[in-house]
Amino acid sequence: MSTLVPFDFDEQRVMQTGHGRRSSPLSWRWRDRVALVLAWVAGIGLCLIAAAIVGYFAFRGVQYLRPGLIFSRPQISASQAGSGGFLDPLLGTLILTLVGIMLALPLAVTSAVWMSEYARPRWLARTIESCIEIVAGTPDIVIALFGLAVFQLSFMGPFSFEASGGGVYGRSFLAAGAMMSLIALPPIFAATRDGLQAVPAHMREAAFALGKTRITTIRRVLLPSVRSNMATGVTLGVSRIIGDTAIVVLLLASSLRLEPQGSVPGLGLLRGTGATLTTYVFDNSPAGEGAAPQKAYAAAFLLLLFVLALNLTVERIGRHQERATGLSVATGAV
Amino acid sequence: MLARLRKPWPDSRAERMLGAVSCLVAVIVVGMIVFVAVHAWPTFAHNGLSWLGSGESPESSFEKMQATSVHPPASAYHLRAWPLLYGTLLITVAAVAFAFVVSVFASIFIVELAPERLRKVTIPVIRLLASVPSVVYGLLGVLVLVPFVGNHLVTASQKASVANEVELTGAGLLVTVVILTVMIAPIMIALTCEALSAVPSSWREGAIALGLNPLRAILAVTVRAARPAIVAAAVLATARALGEAIMISMVSGSRSFTPNLDHGLLVFLYSPLRTFASAIVDFREGISAPALGSSLYAIALLLLLGAFVLSICGYLIKLPLRRYEVRG
Repeated sequence: MSTLVPFDFDEQRVMQTGHGRRSSPLSWRWRDRVALVLAWVAGIGLCLIAAAIVGYFAFRGVQYLRPGLIFSRPQISASQAGSGGFLDPLLGTLILTLVGIMLALPLAVTSAVWMSEYARPRWLARTIESCIEIVAGTPDIVIALFGLAVFQLSFMGPFSFEASGGGVYGRSFLAAGAMMSLIALPPIFAATRDGLQAVPAHMREAAFALGKTRITTIRRVLLPSVRSNMATGVTLGVSRIIGDTAIVVLLLASSLRLEPQGSVPGLGLLRGTGATLTTYVFDNSPAGEGAAPQKAYAAAFLLLLFVLALNLTVERIGRHQERATGLSVATGAV
Repeated sequence: MLARLRKPWPDSRAERMLGAVSCLVAVIVVGMIVFVAVHAWPTFAHNGLSWLGSGESPESSFEKMQATSVHPPASAYHLRAWPLLYGTLLITVAAVAFAFVVSVFASIFIVELAPERLRKVTIPVIRLLASVPSVVYGLLGVLVLVPFVGNHLVTASQKASVANEVELTGAGLLVTVVILTVMIAPIMIALTCEALSAVPSSWREGAIALGLNPLRAILAVTVRAARPAIVAAAVLATARALGEAIMISMVSGSRSFTPNLDHGLLVFLYSPLRTFASAIVDFREGISAPALGSSLYAIALLLLLGAFVLSICGYLIKLPLRRYEVRG
């Protein structure tokens, strides 16, 4: 008989929770109560860890960051007081970001457009999509070694400089920037493609009905409407570039100062070597050569401020877009 | 010429041009694999599969390689990389295991439990945690956590017990795994949250209507339905942990030591070690010596293949989700 009434055993409990009273966690089994506590601890705990990291660096930053540090160049000196600030690494970060984004943006947007609007033949589209996933999953240290191998080829001399023996040095802002563009490529691609796929079909159809060709539709209708997605992608790309250390350590860092190669003003800088904020932190930490923790803290605080600002930008673009179109901007993988 | 380019393109040409530019990505990937493999070949040719075996410590091999000339003798390629492999596996497995637990509970909190106002704070905060540069984590480790562990947790008797093997400074397994967990948990949380919120809430509500308490319903229905996506998230986080170089090079103590339980669990936790990725950073100065360069490229090839295999695994694990039409 009882098999016909599956809730026979639990009837009392069902009646208790079913009569409009909410089940309170106190009546749950202890296993569920532990899980509930763990979930809250994990969520709040991660927030506290983030707050602690930001708070600690803010404390150290206020302690050590002085305008003099930002506006003076690094000097080679035995003493802490004489070794200057990090103007050059700051400029290095800026140059590298510009080079990286300028190379990544056209490639990422073009492939996103092709992937979303044409994607023929299918097998090619699928291959390229997997290739971008491979790039996204490759560790930056491997990308750095790849860059070194490419830019040390003998005909790559113009991109860095040649030693007197004929060997190519292979390390320059151009080399590092080219590899940085690979780091920035996946987020820009993903954001642009998701934006294009979210554009309603009737917008394309309206453009076709007006006699526009596909490519004109892309240029005049689709690309303008995914501008904020592209902005999100670029912001994510920038935040990955300024935070990357491995590529800079292998493909750039030989000195803390900017050291142009050749006499052409702009190009010489790009062919030369230098440092970025990340390698400045790395070199001044106990792990690097110069043990100057105060300066490492100050530079790391500045770096963290940049990252915070970029994160806020992504949030703001997303909210703005949501209000304007009702579509949410996919921020891509974090 | 320019005028012709400025005129609107016919569609067929536009399609071919865009497709050709997109193919560049494929060319880069193929080039990356080929370049790294070509540079890695000599060391595998000289060592064979015993490359991964144990024997002479990688440190002394690397130093000998650095001393050799432009044309090294075959013996200069000798390398037994087992300590590096062991360190990599130990750190990765431990960090992913901890991060897995943390991220499943944190995702349940974010998707199902947190009040709306708390959720609005938690999501950006965790996103911030994911975008903090690894060198900043490394700095925190090397200036705060390592001295703390070295001065307050490691006892003198523990130091003395392994004094003739390694020096316990505080930099080692424990600090590395803690920081790496914090670094990879946000990635897993992002993917897990996406998967959990894709499960229709009516399934969970149905379970509650059948008499389960809300939390049991989440665990038994929502988490269970999203299980493949959660495992895939762990796999992707593993790839990330595998490639982390800078932070590990800063806080792991950088000694090719194989931690063991001979002197107890605590000594094991404090032992320094070195991973594949951090070895590349540590020995970057000597990369122009052919033998050492080839060894480092071999490590890079392993990392590349590892990341590749893991991303295929992540894809395969997620396949069953399509059957339920739950997109993760």
